[in-house]
Amino acid sequence: MESEFLLETHDLVKTFGALRAVDGLNLQVRPGEMVGLVGPDGAGKTTAMRLLCGALHATSGSIRLAGYEYPGQIEQARGEIGYLAQRFSLYGDLTVKENLDFFGEIFEIPEKERQQRSADLLRFAGLSEFAERPAAALSGGMQKKLGLACALVHQPKVLLLDEPTGGVDPVARQEFWQLLIGLLRGGSAVLVSTPYMDEAMRFNRVIFMNHGKALTQGIPRNLMARLADRILELDAEPQMEAKAIAASDPEVEDVHTFGNYLHLRVSTAEGPTTRIPARLAEAGLKLNHLYPVPPTLEDVFIHLLETEGAGYG
Amino acid sequence: MRRFRAMIKKEITQMLRDPRTLFFIFIMPILQLMLMGYANNSDVKNIATVVFDQSNTAESRDLISAFKSTEYYAFDYIATSDTQVNNLIQGGQAKVGIIIPPDYSSQLAAGKSAQVLVLIDGSDPTIASSTLSAAQLAGQARGAKILAETLSSRGSTLGTNASPVDVRTRVLYNPDLLGAYNIVPGLIAIILFQTTVNLTAMSIVRERERGTIEQLIVTPIRNWELVLAKIIPYILVSFANTILILVIGTLWFQVPIRGSLVLLFVLTGLYLLPNLGLGLLISTMAKTQQQAQMMTMPIMLPSMMLSGFIFPMASLPLFLQAVGYMLPLTYFIIILRSLVIKGAGLELLIPQTFVLIGFSIVLLTLAALRFKKSLD
Repeated sequence: MESEFLLETHDLVKTFGALRAVDGLNLQVRPGEMVGLVGPDGAGKTTAMRLLCGALHATSGSIRLAGYEYPGQIEQARGEIGYLAQRFSLYGDLTVKENLDFFGEIFEIPEKERQQRSADLLRFAGLSEFAERPAAALSGGMQKKLGLACALVHQPKVLLLDEPTGGVDPVARQEFWQLLIGLLRGGSAVLVSTPYMDEAMRFNRVIFMNHGKALTQGIPRNLMARLADRILELDAEPQMEAKAIAASDPEVEDVHTFGNYLHLRVSTAEGPTTRIPARLAEAGLKLNHLYPVPPTLEDVFIHLLETEGAGYG
Repeated sequence: MRRFRAMIKKEITQMLRDPRTLFFIFIMPILQLMLMGYANNSDVKNIATVVFDQSNTAESRDLISAFKSTEYYAFDYIATSDTQVNNLIQGGQAKVGIIIPPDYSSQLAAGKSAQVLVLIDGSDPTIASSTLSAAQLAGQARGAKILAETLSSRGSTLGTNASPVDVRTRVLYNPDLLGAYNIVPGLIAIILFQTTVNLTAMSIVRERERGTIEQLIVTPIRNWELVLAKIIPYILVSFANTILILVIGTLWFQVPIRGSLVLLFVLTGLYLLPNLGLGLLISTMAKTQQQAQMMTMPIMLPSMMLSGFIFPMASLPLFLQAVGYMLPLTYFIIILRSLVIKGAGLELLIPQTFVLIGFSIVLLTLAALRFKKSLD
């Protein structure tokens, strides 16, 4: 039976003693789709990734990847999985090229093809001139790119990237995402875990994860639309006192500092926009501006965490 | 096969690039050999002894009890031929052989001096030197007593210059009682133990500690390929070490190799198996290299102390001897000393060989059952 998904899980559970690190996870990824697995530290993202790549065995539930179902068919599935671990996990004492050669040989790619592909991947990752450098001597960004190159050497259909941009500078990050977008055109499916909300905007779809479960999923724009007109930006001085006044308003659900400004999440915008300026004036505080702003994914995520289990999905 | 080849190539490249491992492999053995080669002796008691009493008379039994009363000898074996005495010593079961001639009591009765031959295994100079002096003392004591009895019965002092019991001692294999004869073969066993157990455990645990195992186990590499590729470089290193120690032992310490080199290498190969099993077993339990080292310690220490390498087995209390006999090293040390110093053939080393086979089966099976290609 051909599935429309390259990767899907069914009620995936992984327990470590009493801890349910992954607790009934269901997710699907289509060919050509890049899906973000987003959640705070300890949400179970890394455990989920390790289950998907077969580095850990699930306590219960099943995974179907490129037509292979495992635990049973994990060894056959390995040829279709490209996995980039969160931690640098290549051989630091081997050179860039030796690492790439090693993984190419382990996946038993015919010699001539392997040579060609190694050269292509080095160029693709921008590492050609560092081919003879020990991997341990690369910068964090270059190590991630080498990791990606090694994960791609056997041309897998599904790419699993666990926090691929952690500890990487913005320029290198940008380059990294460009590399991935190229892959999607070839029909691969990419699942990326990240704790960074700003990155989540790049995904076709995001899955919010916490306590081992998928809280909700959707296209980033649609998720943000749920909070349309419910985020107000407040600029008032002094900020600390303004924050206390804003938080005490009955229709303000949450107040966060956003640089020089405060972001208020409100149940409706109308009441607070009239009441708060009046109360600030009473207290003798200076109001610069108060108006609705478009919600960010971070707003959505914080909202989700606070109202967890309250009917999203 | 390509996967396997790639894995071995990687292991050897990594090994040659790691100065710590290289030091451990090639410098440590030489240092140990040089330090231990000059090691000192200490006193021993209850040495396994074989007696071949051809006289079998009250007089000969008196002589045996004179030896017994020195507490140096434990009469564990009774032989019925010279060959049997030799085989027991060559195979390492007995360290001393006492041969009493058929005419022992008739010579004494005739008032002549009766000869007794004491053969001493010189491959363990600690034992040999203690035994040597004890044998002479026992002979003289017995002789003096016979002399005194004779004198009192005859009431005369005539014709009694020579001691009636003439103990002739002969130290076998190592007449000069050189410590190196004992240390060099023992050290091969010790160093192989260190390289195989330690380095095998380390090379797998290192992958776990550095996180590289995570990338490795998501590849199609098979369990056996992973394990064998980890083991084979250290098997090669072990044989290189064996040759290195034998060469230095022969050239520098002048220790002869009297047995068959082929048999030496075959049995060395057999000895590597339980050690590799143990190394693998440790690697399945330790998460960091430090933990692995901690787990090796409780095995390393008794192996050094209780295997007969430093202290002769006979000098240990019984319960420590029992611990010693649970270590593969103990058996391999017996094999090596018998083979290298005494030139023993396989026929004399069969019990030890079977024990090593037994250890191999148990440890490798346990390791195979526990070794999983997973982060769990």
